[in-house]
Amino acid sequence: MSLKVILSAKKDGLLAAWFDRILDTYPAETAKFLKNQKDKFANPVGQAIHAGIEDIFRELLNGGEIEKISGFLDNIIRVRAIQEFSASQAVAFIFFLKSVIRDGIKDTPLTPELSEELVALESQIDSLALIAFDIFMQCREKLYEIKANEMKNMTYRLLQKANMVTETEDPEKQTNFIAIQKKEVNT
Amino acid sequence: MAKLSTPAELLKIDYNPPQSENWMDQPVELKPGNFCWGAKGKNLATVEFPNARDWSPVEENWKLPKDWEGTVLEAMADRLSKYRSFKVFMDICVRCGACADKCHFFIGGGDPKNMPVLRAELLRSVYRKYFTSSGKYLGKLAGARELNLSVLKEWWYYFYQCTECRRCSVFCPYGIDTAEITMMAREFTNLLGLNTDWISGPVANCYMKGNHLGLEPHAIMNSIEGMIDDIETITGIRINPSFNRKGAEILFVTPSGDLFADPGTFTCMGYMMLFHELGLDYTWSTYASEGGNFGFFTSNEMAKRLNSKIYAEAKRLGVKYIIGGECGHMWRVLNQYMDTWNGPTDFMEVPKSPITGTVFDNAASTKMIHVTEFTADLIKNNKLKLDPSRNDDLVVTYHDSCNTARGMGLLEEPRYIINNVCNKFHEMPDNTIRERTFCCGSGTGLNASENMEIRMRGGYPRANAVKHVKEQHGVNTLANICAIDRATLSASMDYWVPGTRVTGVHELVANALIMTGEKERETDLRGEPLPGKGGNE
Repeated sequence: MSLKVILSAKKDGLLAAWFDRILDTYPAETAKFLKNQKDKFANPVGQAIHAGIEDIFRELLNGGEIEKISGFLDNIIRVRAIQEFSASQAVAFIFFLKSVIRDGIKDTPLTPELSEELVALESQIDSLALIAFDIFMQCREKLYEIKANEMKNMTYRLLQKANMVTETEDPEKQTNFIAIQKKEVNT
Repeated sequence: MAKLSTPAELLKIDYNPPQSENWMDQPVELKPGNFCWGAKGKNLATVEFPNARDWSPVEENWKLPKDWEGTVLEAMADRLSKYRSFKVFMDICVRCGACADKCHFFIGGGDPKNMPVLRAELLRSVYRKYFTSSGKYLGKLAGARELNLSVLKEWWYYFYQCTECRRCSVFCPYGIDTAEITMMAREFTNLLGLNTDWISGPVANCYMKGNHLGLEPHAIMNSIEGMIDDIETITGIRINPSFNRKGAEILFVTPSGDLFADPGTFTCMGYMMLFHELGLDYTWSTYASEGGNFGFFTSNEMAKRLNSKIYAEAKRLGVKYIIGGECGHMWRVLNQYMDTWNGPTDFMEVPKSPITGTVFDNAASTKMIHVTEFTADLIKNNKLKLDPSRNDDLVVTYHDSCNTARGMGLLEEPRYIINNVCNKFHEMPDNTIRERTFCCGSGTGLNASENMEIRMRGGYPRANAVKHVKEQHGVNTLANICAIDRATLSASMDYWVPGTRVTGVHELVANALIMTGEKERETDLRGEPLPGKGGNE
């Protein structure tokens, strides 16, 4: 029996264990809520993690298309990227899957074939962690971009208010460009 | 050399409140991204707030006045005697937990001290210590604790992480309004000069110049002039609004965000196009040039002071009544507080639409109606020529702003309008709209940039519902009737649901509005090609 068949058969237990391990990274009271509230609109974080790991697990066993799996990872990492986690804490949940799988199959005799498959799967999980880190960085960069855009817009408006920036049009009203007018700053 | 940790060890996060140890024993740690910069002394001094000085939340020394504990406790005693609701809210919570998982900051962030019950407990514990016998004698056993610097810092950190959206209060079996508890906590911190720059700056501006942005009359007129140019480009119609005009029938007041920040400016263009088409006898004011009220996020007295200019200006100009623009907390103030603070007015009339003759008895005392009430009535009476197909490239959903939905029950009018000016409208799930709407995550002066992480956490439950309707129905437009929503949901959508346009309802109205004498329109108010124009099919 191949490793994938074994893991598919144990899917529910493995996912439950993985989910619990991830919830342990939250304060106890929060973890209880994240686990027990099943409505995805009342509990978007818990349900995003729950659905996300199921999708990742399924895709991992089905060949692991990067585009698909990246989307699933994004659903979880986008949340953890803005919660109170460091970068390593935000993405480390991927590695949990390794120990969850090893714990889950500890009663299965590890034949050389299974062992080889397990090493290959663990290597895939390592790759997931690398993709996860890329996604984490994209999220953080997006966050800073949003911050920067807000600051840029505000600064431009302030300059307008101070009559230091005007929108200049040529006589034919053909072109628009921003001209910084040489006006003394009124301090 | 440090040992390399396993992932599990890395993830041992050291905040682990209620179960492991008592929450009271965990001093607050101010984490960047969760709080706004401290108020500047000059802004506090402008409005004569106490202890005006520059301060920084991250510095150990908050430069507090002498005997600050006495100041707070004295103020608490005063408010307890003055506001029966505050006293009741301090006493009757049975900690049933119905509110615990209803706060968007808790749901999105996971910090247990953002459970409304626990956030309120930060204040209640001090109340018990000094104002109840059980707390005085039994202390911690009775859930009481002394007021000290650590507690004060915790108050400041968490009560400026509450947006006073009042979602939790909808679920409280006792009707405890946690927003009022936050308001009280903010009153106390303001007595010590502890507010944020993002709130105190606008308050000072509003006090001196009439609006949060500090726009002087010429800047307001310039801004509106720019919009008039754009309207002319789009419709071929030149409109001529009036400013500070005595004898006008109606005074129009909107949040200043509509005057200067996209996409609010498109909403503002929408109001003006509608009023022009109706030939409405209205005036702008460059004095009462702010519907919003950031004073509401400092103290009751400050909110009242800033609000007073609206009636003062209405009286000076001699208008019959006031129409207010699309804003959130502005309407909580106008609907629930203005009449008590600065009314009732005896110099105006009960609002009556000059177009339909409808009398707005609901505003019989305040004499101020919401622009969506006004417009919904026009549509109901077939007074507008509308072409909803101009909005056909927009698949719209509607975000109920907390204050208009929960604070004044304005649920149907915006939906009625949207359904008449757009052909494609889809509701978000029931437990995320109407009275149970989720906050944008950035209300009550939390819409600064330095606290972006907390804004995104707070905005997640709302964004999650938008994402759902996007996946289900292809929704690409999030309509709302709040200036803060328009500004902050844009950022939230950018992070959580990219490609979602955030719009005010009157932008949609103006797109669909067929104006007398208009040229054939090629673009919407944003200058983007209308459906069927410009090859965007």
